[in-house]
Order: sequence, then structure tokens, then C-alpha cells
Amino acid sequence: MAQRIEIDPVTRIEGHAKITIQLDDSGNVTDAHFHVTEFRGFERFCEGRPLWEMAGITARICGICPVSHLLASAKAGDAILAVDIPPAADQLRRLMNLGQIVQSHALSFFHLSAPDFLLGMDSPPATRNVFGLMASDPDLARAGIRLRQFGQEIIECLGGKKIHPAWAVPGGVRSALPEACRQKIKSKLPEARATTLTALSLFKKLIKQFKAEAQIFGNFPSLFMGLVGPDGSWEHYGGNLRFVDSGGNVIADQIPAARYREYIGEASEAQSYLKSPYYRPLGYPEGIYRVGPLARLNICSQIGTPLADLELSHFRECGNGSVTSSFFYHYARLIEILAAVEKIEAMIDNPELGSEWLRADAGINKLEGVGVSEAPRGTLLHHYQVDANGMVQKVNLIIATGQNNLAMNRTVAQIARHYVHGSKIQEGMLNRVEAGIRAFDPCLSCSTHAYGKMPLAIALIGPRGELVDTASTPV
Amino acid sequence: MSFLDLDEWLFDLAAKIELVYSPIMDIKVYPENVDVVLIEGAVANEDHLQLIHLIRKKTKVLVSFGDCAVTGNVTALRNFLGPAEHVLRRAYLEGADIQAQIPSMPGVVPALLDTVRPVHEIVPVEVFLPGCPPPADRIRALLEQVLAGEAPHLMGSQIKFG
Ligand code: SF4
Repeated sequence: MAQRIEIDPVTRIEGHAKITIQLDDSGNVTDAHFHVTEFRGFERFCEGRPLWEMAGITARICGICPVSHLLASAKAGDAILAVDIPPAADQLRRLMNLGQIVQSHALSFFHLSAPDFLLGMDSPPATRNVFGLMASDPDLARAGIRLRQFGQEIIECLGGKKIHPAWAVPGGVRSALPEACRQKIKSKLPEARATTLTALSLFKKLIKQFKAEAQIFGNFPSLFMGLVGPDGSWEHYGGNLRFVDSGGNVIADQIPAARYREYIGEASEAQSYLKSPYYRPLGYPEGIYRVGPLARLNICSQIGTPLADLELSHFRECGNGSVTSSFFYHYARLIEILAAVEKIEAMIDNPELGSEWLRADAGINKLEGVGVSEAPRGTLLHHYQVDANGMVQKVNLIIATGQNNLAMNRTVAQIARHYVHGSKIQEGMLNRVEAGIRAFDPCLSCSTHAYGKMPLAIALIGPRGELVDTASTPV
Repeated sequence: MSFLDLDEWLFDLAAKIELVYSPIMDIKVYPENVDVVLIEGAVANEDHLQLIHLIRKKTKVLVSFGDCAVTGNVTALRNFLGPAEHVLRRAYLEGADIQAQIPSMPGVVPALLDTVRPVHEIVPVEVFLPGCPPPADRIRALLEQVLAGEAPHLMGSQIKFG
């Protein structure tokens, strides 16, 4: 009898999701799907509101990467004002985004995924979480918590609060970095660097232990996309879009964000509130591409800081051309923390950060603008159309996690095929399916513009569509 | 996320409480006899509606946590547009290049409610903690009172929206 397994809710991710796994008559997995169950409708309800409110409202899309929305929104605003923002504002926006990369990646690694690696995929679910890690390895857990705190404090220093600061605005930013904050950040940099290096060497040991997982946790060819600088180097705020294939070949390069529609199409899916963007020249679903840390390291020529570049060369050995296993998202994430820490070190003494020239004042000079930033989870695009008074007429948001939708579905199916046999759900086996999703560190609040907790659920579905077994669903 | 901004105080907290259900842990069924729950987010779809009733039944003290839970906040901005269909059409029909369709998979993808509602409009709530999000120091103040067995009594500067 064919069946369906349901994981509901998927846990240790940000937002709400379920997974369903389809089985055939003999209990073999035929397919699996990742369902996002939240939707808030930002694209519609922002219409009619003033451009100036957009950064503040859209930051509420997400509690983890509000800064990315703030920046993408402010950049769309810059384009509509048709201004070049002051150099100090550019530096300050970069600093805040680097702080966010640190806090969000630390959260993903230490708080959400490390329990799988360090406590074990099959360890008891009641303690397989950051509190379990705090009990079993308090030093590591504390270091991770402090690393995330460091990133959050940079955001707070600049924006006045840790989550949802109303700070970046069309034309620039509201305030500079106070001297006391500069000192504080500087004093905490050595610890942040040390923690990151510890995590990296730990992870490199784990890679050996998780060889099997690395083979099947979303390991398949796809395109990769992200921002790169003019010389092809790693970017998180400026630059243009680049697409690379799984052989490591650049197939589209230096595409300004304003032209994203020529390259990115969007498909709706019946089974999820998460849309599936695809690379338009290849069509749907062949145009599957991945974004985020793995993609950013695959597309860039170099990072531009010594330690991170050294790690990048080790990372590249995990693939042939591009690194194609989604398991290495974790590795890439840690390398990006290191890059962020090094970049903060390099900029923290720049006197520009205390400048008074922070904002270009201008009115509406264009009726359309696209803003782009690299969110921790991947490229984020805000596209606005306004009227002559700056009232928003149309909004389109392309969110990092959405762009990984096709890849996450493929990952779930690949892992399920490998680990799920028969109609009975074993907890540890399903946790592997969830862990595959966790590698992408999806932020479903963002991706469906819904905010909320993000639990995951799995359903086992029979060949005739009947529900066979579920893991969870609190009803 | 703001809860995780409690940072190292989480160690103190862990010594005093047992965390039984949370998006950061893998227990997927809401347990019986829960003392305190922090509910974040407004009630926006069928799943939320079910879950909130279930939580109310099994919990002593329900804290409406954050502006969305307390007022509907950003989540409720769509209410004045009328039925949920309007926002869905914009995103999934007009906003799609192919396969334009409104997501629907009964039993898996929950239908949106036409009106987003704050938690206390659905079930009784004991404590309100506004903020978008409530910053960690206020969360800590509230939890300390609860842990001391006091009825929560936040004052003035601790009760702020936004
Ligand atoms: S942080 Fe703000 S927008 Fe997000 S759930 Fe809390 S109250 Fe709502």
C-alpha cells in the first residue's frame, strides 16, 4: 500500500514548514516535498504606502535578517531617488551587514545545526537542541552564544536595537558609529575570530565523520547565483549578479540587479506558499539554482582576506569545479563568518565610520528601483514602482530562501530515498531529512513574507494519496 | 530570535526551567500541563487557529508575546484589503511567470484566514508583552517574575510597542 510520511512541524529552522514523503506499494520513496505553510502578503499590502515606510515595514518580514531587508529596501530607495549615497553610509551599511552575517550564521551553526553534529542525528529529540548542547558542551555553546551576541551588538550599536532597527533609509543611513561602540566592537574582535577558528577546525573533523551525509545531503548539479564585485570577488552588499554552473563555469556575469527579470523567473507551486524562482534561460524546473553561503563561495574568485581565502582553497577541494553537496553549506557559512570578522577588523579603524555625511537628500527622481543585498541565506531583491509622490504602486520581492526552493525539494527527496524504507517512521531517520533542509538554513518567514516560529512536519503518503504515518502535527 | 538575545542568561534560565516545546527544539507535539508559554505572531491561518486552542487547553499562563500577537501588527496590514484572496492573487497569480496558481493542498498547506487576529481575540490571555520584538531585557524581567512565582507586573518603560 502506498503511503505518505508527514514531518510536521519541521523544527530548528526559522518559520513554519512541513515535509511530505510519498511511498509506493513496497514502501520505497517515490517523491518528497517541502511545504511552507505561512504567507503574509507584503507584496500586496505595501501598495499605496509611502516609499519612506518601506524599509521599516519590510524589515518586519524577518526577525533574523531584518538588516538584509532594510538594506535591499534602502537601495531600491536610492535607485528611486537616483542618488549615489555618501561613502560613509556605504561603509556603515556594510558594517551592519557584516554584523548580521556573523549573528545569523552563528545562530545557524551553533544554535540550530550543531546539536545534530555534536549530539548525534539519532540522539533523543528532547535534548537534541541548543539547550542539550549547553549541557553537554557548555564551553562551545557559550562561545557560540557570544559570537552571535557580538554580531547582534554591531547591529544594535548602529541601529539602536538588535532586531528591526529603523536605520538605513533611501539615500543613506540615519546615524554613524559612536566612538564608544567602535571601541567595544574592536575589543571583542579577537574572541570572535578565535571562536570562528575553533568552529572551523571542529567542523573539518566532523566532515570525516559525516562522509555519508555529505554524499547524499542535497548533492546534485545546479547553478549557483550571488553578488560579486567588479573583479569577481566575494560580495555581500554591492556588486552585480553572477551565475556559475556546477562545473564552476561562469555562465552570466555582472548583471545589474535592475535587470534581474531577464534572468530570474518565478513559478507558483500548489503544495507550498513558497514560490520557486528559476534561471529563465534554462526554464522551469531545469533552471534550478542555489543561493547563500555555498553559492557565494562557488561563484567568487576570491574573498579578499587572508584567513578566509586560505579556507576557501580547502573548501574548493570538496568539489570538482563547484562544490555541489548542500552539506557544505555549513562549511561555507563558517568561512563566511571568518571573512566577516576579518572585514570588520579591516574597516573598524576607518575614520569614515564616524562621518557626519550620512545621507543624500533628494525627492522622487525615478518611478522604479531595484535594490539587492546578500542576506545570510542568499541574494535578496526588492523591486518597487512608485508614483510621482513616492507612493508605492507595485512591489516584488525575491527572497533568498525561495531561490533555494527547487534545491530543497530535491534535497529532501534525495535524503528520503536513502534513509526512509517502509511505512514506519523512525525518528532519527526523519531527523536526517530535516537536517538536509537545515543545511540551507531556510528562513521561511522571509521566503513567504510570513513571520513566525518555524517548526517542520513530515507526512508519509501512500500510493493512493492516503496518509500513512506522521511525525508530529500538534492537533 | 529576541528570546535568543538573552545570550548567556540562557544558561541561568536552563537551570531553572524545562523547555518543552519550541521552534528551536525537536518535540513536535505540544505537551500536557505546560506552565508558561510565549506566543509570538498573530493568528493568520487554519493551523494557527487549531494550535492556539490546543495550547490554551494545555497551558496555565499564556503570554501574548510581541506586537503581532498583541495587536496583529504588520501581519494584520492585509485585513483592510478584504478577503485573503487579494494578497494571494497578487503574489501567486500576478507574481508568477509560470504555473500561476494559488497554493492549496488540503491537510498540508493551511488556508489563510480572511482576517488576521491578535491572540486574545481567539483565546483568553494572561499576560501581554508588546514590542517588535520585545527586547531581551524585558523578556528577562518578565521571566524572572514568573520564575519567582509572582504574577507578572511589568510597568511603564517595560510596556512599549515597536
Ligand atoms: S518581531 Fe515584530 S513583526 Fe516580528 S513577530 Fe514580533 S511583533 Fe511581529
